[in-house]
Amino acid sequence: MSFPWANEYKPQAPLMKWLDEKLPLPRLVFNAVGAGYPVPRNLNYFWNFGFLAGICLVLQIVTGVVLAMHFAPDQKLAFDSTEHIMRDVNWGWLMRYMHANGASAFFVVIYVHIFRGFYFSSYKAPREMIWLLGVTIFLLMMATGFMGYVLPWGQMSFWGAKVITGLFSAIPLVGEPLQQWLLGGFAPGNATLNRFFSLHFLLPFVILGVVILHVWALHIPGSSNPTGVEVKTESDTVPFHPYYTAKDGWGVAAFLLLYFTAVFFAPNALGHPDNYIPANPMSTPAHIVPEWYYWPFYAILRAFTQDFFFVPAKLMGVLAMFSAILMWFFLPWLDKSPVRSGTYRPLFKKFFWFGLIPCVLVLGYCGGAPAAEPFVMISQIASIYYFMHFLVILPIVSLIERPDPLPFSITEAVLGKDSKALLRPAALVPLASA
Amino acid sequence: MIRIFSILAGLFFSAALLWSLGNGAYSYIAEPPAMTVEHEFHKAPKELTLASDGAFGRFDKQQLQRGFQVYKEVCSACHSLRLVAFRDLKALGYNEDEVKAIAAGFQVPGVDQATGETNMRAGLATDYFPKPYPNDIAARAANNNAIPPDLSLMTKAREDGPAYVYSLLTGYQAQPAKLLKEFPDAKTSPNLHYNPYFANLNLAMTPPLTAEGQVTYGDGTKASVDQMAKDVAAFLIWTAEPTLDKRKQTGWPVVGFLLFLTIIAYLAYRNIWANKQH
Repeated sequence: MSFPWANEYKPQAPLMKWLDEKLPLPRLVFNAVGAGYPVPRNLNYFWNFGFLAGICLVLQIVTGVVLAMHFAPDQKLAFDSTEHIMRDVNWGWLMRYMHANGASAFFVVIYVHIFRGFYFSSYKAPREMIWLLGVTIFLLMMATGFMGYVLPWGQMSFWGAKVITGLFSAIPLVGEPLQQWLLGGFAPGNATLNRFFSLHFLLPFVILGVVILHVWALHIPGSSNPTGVEVKTESDTVPFHPYYTAKDGWGVAAFLLLYFTAVFFAPNALGHPDNYIPANPMSTPAHIVPEWYYWPFYAILRAFTQDFFFVPAKLMGVLAMFSAILMWFFLPWLDKSPVRSGTYRPLFKKFFWFGLIPCVLVLGYCGGAPAAEPFVMISQIASIYYFMHFLVILPIVSLIERPDPLPFSITEAVLGKDSKALLRPAALVPLASA
Repeated sequence: MIRIFSILAGLFFSAALLWSLGNGAYSYIAEPPAMTVEHEFHKAPKELTLASDGAFGRFDKQQLQRGFQVYKEVCSACHSLRLVAFRDLKALGYNEDEVKAIAAGFQVPGVDQATGETNMRAGLATDYFPKPYPNDIAARAANNNAIPPDLSLMTKAREDGPAYVYSLLTGYQAQPAKLLKEFPDAKTSPNLHYNPYFANLNLAMTPPLTAEGQVTYGDGTKASVDQMAKDVAAFLIWTAEPTLDKRKQTGWPVVGFLLFLTIIAYLAYRNIWANKQH
């Protein structure tokens, strides 16, 4: 993997030489995120978000493990043990606020990362596997986030668990038994809380595993870039270290600044007040809403209000909600445009900025609003666009669109036409794009 | 082939959505949703300014003590504060002996050391605030079939919590004539009390703060209903988050450091990329 001009790891110190022979871990790091990984020189700030997502995962695992030391996954104790963390555990409030806001931060980062992928078609060959693994990570994150929100056993925890597991009851024939099997009972109870805790602890490590595969798959073709033109020569790239360690470094610092501002000064801004009320199976909250990062999909779920031929409305909603994410898996084969970057795709660009982005924002807003008119009608219109965009518009646009001319190379895009003198044709690699 | 399936799937979802949309729009026009009395007459909480507001705000301990006094003398008759221990009150500025004296003023469930029988004993600093009712049934029986909620987390458990508490306590009033005219069925029943700041407008709680001087403040502050409501709202911010001051105190150095780090890291980035066009 990687390019022929990649720097080679040359250990100097005897210890490092010894280590390189026995277990070349420093070599792995050098080739993965060190000077041994050539990266396109023209990455913009949207390319910072993969690294940031990694930071978020580490933050969540570290704070989560500490919280698990003090949390009691029992329906009689969960709420009070959460408050015990907030009140009596040294710096417990900080751990909990970091974890709760860390989940939101993680999703902010991951949404930017995903939409970077949409705009610059990061899913296209030769990077399909990176994309497939990425969508898998997103699905795992959604499951993990949902189960984490159940753990404090507040009102929204309980009713959220009831509504979301209730989705499975829409499946014909096996639905009801499936829901009971998931919950370990007829309603969310101790069995539910315990298994959600167990899985909420396990899944982040599964995510970590898939992240390793995601990064591994990335290092085979190398990073994409804003022009979508593949790397051709050495002058197209810079070594990851120090160039992108420095750029990611300041990105991380800026991210932490925003994140800790939220943690210290508005830690409950994204939470729901009802979750500070202990779970009560006898009292249903007026509006049951999930965490903000599920709102677009929740709006799609609720947009199906009528049975469609033989398909019940609820089943339709569930199918649509899952399809809304699962269809991302097929993107590499739906969007056949040979041009990757949205910058050079005039028609695609319009649908992206004036269609997809407002559509998702509207869906997000409607998902958090009460299930009443006019929000239902608005989310129906937005949902139509959402499905049309990925399933109909993208395949058709990629057939009829006439892309703008692409730069010859990354170097040309950065330095202008005169830079051709800098190119060394001998260094052309077979990975060059079609 | 995959694109044909994809377009068909897209059209299928869109058709189902159009069907839902059409039906929804038809019933919306045929029978517009009736205006509810809650929608028309429920009010958002009043503006409330407290010392603990904002990133620089800190608790006014004097006010917290006054709020605690209101809780102790008025609210605690019906509302528990189960997550707060007497020892926590030190944070309000009481000393060890004062905390012990406050605790001793409450009767908490205990066990007779000689016989093992359950009994009531004077509270200790390590005890938590006792519950006013032995169980929910007793709480309901004494309060018009409504359980007085625990107040420990109240200001975090409601939208705009502190302002909500303040507005609710000062918001009792007669039902507006307009309401009775537009919604004759919504007349507040005799056991309930009209309060536009409560979600369904009718509250089982009898107005708790009714007269000026209901509580006699040790610090000489005039105990108007408005003042008492503000003080108890401030106190309940503290019970909901005793670590609030510490959080903000910690926040500034952390954010300050990160700002410094961000600037340094940005300059390092500029320096490293200085000769590299990108």
